[in-house]
Amino acid sequence: MSLTLINVLAAVIIAIAFVAANAAYLVWAERKGAGFIQRRPGPTENGPWGLLQPPVDGIKLMTKQLLIPGGVDKIIFVIAPVLAMFPSIVSFVTIPFSDTIVAHNINIGLLMIFVFGSMSAMAILMGGWSSRNKYSMISSVRAVSQAVAYEIPMLITAITVVMIAGSLDLMEIVHKQSGGFWHWNIWPFQKGLFNILMPASFLIFFICSLAETNRAPFDLGEAESELVAGYHTEYSSMGFGLFFMGEYANIVIGACLTTILFLGGWDCPFGLFPGVWWFIVKIYILIFTFIWIRWTFPRTTIYSLLNLSWKVLIPISLFNLLLTAGLLKVF
Amino acid sequence: MMKTLFSADGLVGLLFLFNLIVTVVGGIVACNAERLVRAVIGLVVCFVGVAGIYFFLNSPFIAMMHILIYIGAVAVAISFAIMLAAPEEKMRTGPTSPLSGPIGLISTLLLISGLVSLALKTEWTSVTKINDGSVKTIGIQLLTNHSMVFELISIVLLLAILGALVIARGGREE
Repeated sequence: MSLTLINVLAAVIIAIAFVAANAAYLVWAERKGAGFIQRRPGPTENGPWGLLQPPVDGIKLMTKQLLIPGGVDKIIFVIAPVLAMFPSIVSFVTIPFSDTIVAHNINIGLLMIFVFGSMSAMAILMGGWSSRNKYSMISSVRAVSQAVAYEIPMLITAITVVMIAGSLDLMEIVHKQSGGFWHWNIWPFQKGLFNILMPASFLIFFICSLAETNRAPFDLGEAESELVAGYHTEYSSMGFGLFFMGEYANIVIGACLTTILFLGGWDCPFGLFPGVWWFIVKIYILIFTFIWIRWTFPRTTIYSLLNLSWKVLIPISLFNLLLTAGLLKVF
Repeated sequence: MMKTLFSADGLVGLLFLFNLIVTVVGGIVACNAERLVRAVIGLVVCFVGVAGIYFFLNSPFIAMMHILIYIGAVAVAISFAIMLAAPEEKMRTGPTSPLSGPIGLISTLLLISGLVSLALKTEWTSVTKINDGSVKTIGIQLLTNHSMVFELISIVLLLAILGALVIARGGREE
């Protein structure tokens, strides 16, 4: 009893620490990456290569006054940032990093991550509405319509993978892909299933995770040139900090999920150095791609964003779902 | 044996009670909030409580689907509709007619007395696990023993979609 209690506590603390450390250092990586792409140095002042920038930023945010502007809906205003951060931490409990490194593997792990992911839309709506600011309001409406639109192709592609693996258990999905590079779900040749649309599925899932985490080129909710700062315009201090950290935590979850569903999790490509680091390497390559895309592509418009989801991604993912079902039946 | 709060049964009962309280408090907030958006938040809290009860009843899959559908989709759609449709001043719930209080009280009392007498007169049997509540079992049950219900629900959903389309098209000029 007490041992399980200690296990649970350790898992929760490690999950929070992992999320917070990632959120802090992804900001640094983002700024360094932006600097590299735009031919400037990025943060350099604090510590070697600016490595002490995230803790300094954190201290600055925490020591600032938490302003609650007059006229806001106080209760909802305070709850919203907590609700933005909380689901991302809970999601990490079920993500397996290797056969042994997992806090608590449940047999509907994939579903649980989507469930908690869907809560962040509510947090954005609450934050935007309670601010009583037209920019926050427009931004939250945009962000939520985008989140709802991209949740559909994301779920359909996830169901395709679930059908191939025959389980909602994230461990099981990774085990089904074991056996090296060409057995991963991204390739169309696993076990008598020649589904040539699997790479497209991977791309759809990746695009959707970009859109779900409000990343450029889909960051219309935070379009600075039009909406000041979006739904967190009125937030100061750690209220803003929680929204910000929640966003980066969601990026890590998106990368983890893409790795587990399509890139074989911790499975090593050609039998080289098997171990948990392959998982880490894969998620950081994906996160680097997130950053790379943000600083390479300009922001889209809201119409082209919604059109992409409803007219391109959903039909293709639905077709792939039917094709996979048919192929699974035939072979 | 006396069941104390610190035994396994007591803890389970406490969790069940907690879920019940969350559900009821959410429901009260949803009914009595002055601002419509707060009422939606109350509804969300109520849904979380109901999902907790499903989890408690050994159906984690149903609990997850409940949160995914009711909070991730329905509550978001409702608050979306409120924000887009109503201007600031109209986002408050208006005054109700003087008759609604007594009528509501009477119907609630009737309902409660009926439920209480039902609960007291029923011979309660101890709960047995029918199946493991996994996705596979639910799928098999839905397509064999309960296929009629499954088909009927899909017809209801189809009608709802058609109804929504009819209402949405009705307002257009062209």
